[in-house]
Amino acid sequence: MTSVAATAHSAHAHHDDRSFIRKYVFSTDHKIIGIQFLFVSLFFLLVGGLLAMQMRWQLGFPGKPMPGGGILPETMAPGGVILPEYYIQLVTMHGTFMVFFAIMPLLVGVYANFLIPLKIGTHDMAFPRINMWSFWSFFAAGLVMLASLFVPDGAARAGWTMYAPLSARHDLSGASFGHELWSVSIILVGLSSILGSLNYITTIINNRAPGMTWFRLPLSVWSLFITAVLGLLALPVLSGAAIMLLFDQIIGTHFFDPAAGGQALLWQHLFWFFGHPEVYILILPAMGMVSDIIANGSRKPIFGYHSMVFAIVAIAFLGWIVWGHHMFMSGMNPTLGSSFMVSTLVIAVPSAVKTFNWMGTMWRGNLKFTVPMLNAVAFVAMFVIGGLSGIYMAATPVDMFIHDTYFIVAHLHYVLFGGSLFALFAAIPYWYPKMFGRLMHEGWGKVHFWLTFVFYNLVFFPMHILGMAGHMRRIYDPTQYDFLKPYQPMNEFISISAFLLFATQIIFFVNFWWSLKKGKPSGLNPWQDNGLEWTLPSPAPHGNWERVPTVYRGPYEFSSPQVPEDYLPQTRKLPGDREPAAASAAH
Amino acid sequence: MTWWLPLKGSTFAGEVDGLFIAILIITGIAFVLVEVGLIWFVFKYRQRPGRKAFYTHGSTRAEVIWTAIPAVTMVALGLISNHYWVRIKGRNSVPPNAYPIAIHAKQFEWQVTYPGPDGKLGTSDDFTVRNQLHVPVGRPVVVRLTSEDVIHSFFVPVFRVKQDAVPGMDINAWFQATVPGTYELGCAELCGLGHYRMRAQVFVQTQEDYDAWMKQAAQEASS
Repeated sequence: MTSVAATAHSAHAHHDDRSFIRKYVFSTDHKIIGIQFLFVSLFFLLVGGLLAMQMRWQLGFPGKPMPGGGILPETMAPGGVILPEYYIQLVTMHGTFMVFFAIMPLLVGVYANFLIPLKIGTHDMAFPRINMWSFWSFFAAGLVMLASLFVPDGAARAGWTMYAPLSARHDLSGASFGHELWSVSIILVGLSSILGSLNYITTIINNRAPGMTWFRLPLSVWSLFITAVLGLLALPVLSGAAIMLLFDQIIGTHFFDPAAGGQALLWQHLFWFFGHPEVYILILPAMGMVSDIIANGSRKPIFGYHSMVFAIVAIAFLGWIVWGHHMFMSGMNPTLGSSFMVSTLVIAVPSAVKTFNWMGTMWRGNLKFTVPMLNAVAFVAMFVIGGLSGIYMAATPVDMFIHDTYFIVAHLHYVLFGGSLFALFAAIPYWYPKMFGRLMHEGWGKVHFWLTFVFYNLVFFPMHILGMAGHMRRIYDPTQYDFLKPYQPMNEFISISAFLLFATQIIFFVNFWWSLKKGKPSGLNPWQDNGLEWTLPSPAPHGNWERVPTVYRGPYEFSSPQVPEDYLPQTRKLPGDREPAAASAAH
Repeated sequence: MTWWLPLKGSTFAGEVDGLFIAILIITGIAFVLVEVGLIWFVFKYRQRPGRKAFYTHGSTRAEVIWTAIPAVTMVALGLISNHYWVRIKGRNSVPPNAYPIAIHAKQFEWQVTYPGPDGKLGTSDDFTVRNQLHVPVGRPVVVRLTSEDVIHSFFVPVFRVKQDAVPGMDINAWFQATVPGTYELGCAELCGLGHYRMRAQVFVQTQEDYDAWMKQAAQEASS
């Protein structure tokens, strides 16, 4: 490993003579690690989507043989007809893959790794080898979770939240090895996030380029920093809970089994003490990256930069004291419900600040609708719906009705798909040139955007209506209930829209692969942005800079009257700019 | 199929639906404001040759306004919601004269224990029926919820009532039905492969009908 550490700082930095294995497999280069995360988590995004399609088939056409379902074994779908025990595995694994192996690594694994050193102006992460281990423990976790789909008794089936005692006792769930593999995989994914978070925090605190003060950091870096703090504090709780769950499953402890003196609600408290900060881990980086892209696309400084930073901090802080809002109906002391309700409602305030500031940024701008900008604006439009629908369930009396119904499913998908995934559809093409030296195809990007935007809303908006009718979540066959039978046409409509939404994503994947070889070469700075990463060649070389750049201003100086162009890079020295007092200690 | 909330079948329904509508109005205003604003900006400020964006870093006054309005609205909403919450689920919310019924949830059925003709649970005339919940109309009913195995959730959409049944815990949930009729009770918490069919019928009956049913059911149970 000494040779790797040495090359990063030696004169040979751009004269890369590492072996293939060191360069692309066990790489310590933050950019390669980010790209590894990108490929692996895009694969899991596809897996999660395929699982969702099977669920939608069963919900839209209950009891009918699924096209292509014949290849599934008898234990899952005899004759292509999905079994109830397979359906709840689909529910569980869709949530698990999307949260832990798609959205979270896509936002944090990919962009914290790729962007932080480039945007703060340093050669690599503070601990490159820990960073490599973060990826490989994530990879191992993914393999374990994937393998659990193929074990004889089938995969985990207690929902992605794995409520005990259903998850803890095999005699109650019918699963065995699948549940144990779930626990092992989650312990590994926790390890990956903890290692990553340590690295991101340390790097941002210590390795900023000269002149890159805290309030000159791009909002993407701010949000990734706060996300890392959340991750470092939340993931150990999940890992601890998953270890206790594994013990319950395999060595006969009874932490979560009331029949033997354990506590069923203990799991929920531990899970959501992690799980609610996790919700913000899944949205804050999206907000940060969207802020960068909206400022760029509007050719205007971000509106209210400082309050944007404070809003991120406020959301993260409040995120720690709201976990009980997942448990209003759990039998938890109702007085706690009151306090959790108020803290939850208050989160609407920093969220509103962010939304209005994004609009303020667009106000009187010169809006250029590139594919990243279209997706970023859609993020704002959709996140607002997800944020506002959250108010319904925050109000405890209303939650009594809509808790565990499709209203919640609609809400969480407006935040995670309408929010996080649209942000990724903005971020992926935006930073693609810096990863691969080429632009993704603009025309197909727009086709993908419009079709996704339409079908996405056709899938998830009607779910609000289902929820208002009282349609429960995670039920295999809604036609069992007389009061839900009239809603079957709506379920069918949602399913067909979902198939179209999934088919649309093929455009994205083809565009992604095609552009790797055939995309238009991008040059240094295709978006005319101010960030440090755009001063480097595309793709950015190993070790990034020969000499770290000096920073003279914040990242959002678009349309500044000081220069004729409508952008002003952070590194450009104008007459009258002072040299930063001291170079950072790391250099 | 209705595109609205289901029938109001309990005294909670008016309160819950009222709050729902209040939130619908608040969020509706915010929704229209943001979405119309976005669409308007998208058209009005689209890129045109020779134009340069307005260079500004923000406005403290605007930001104070759009911080203060949501803050006041949310705190007010919290206070109003809490008023109803305490009445519905608060520790002392169960009316003292509530008629007691015990429901024991297990994979995948609801075991409903009635107090029998004496109106008291825990006496020798109690009897248990599977998947059928009979309640008198216009009278507070308190359901004592327990679970045999995993977490289930007692959910009657027309009553707007939901309460988890947790193994190892004894949880009271009360409601007062207002409209006679036959409805459905479902399990709202994933409880295993039979979760989707863990369903029961709810019969809301006038006091006379209920008493008549009770007499007959108690006889059948004792014979």
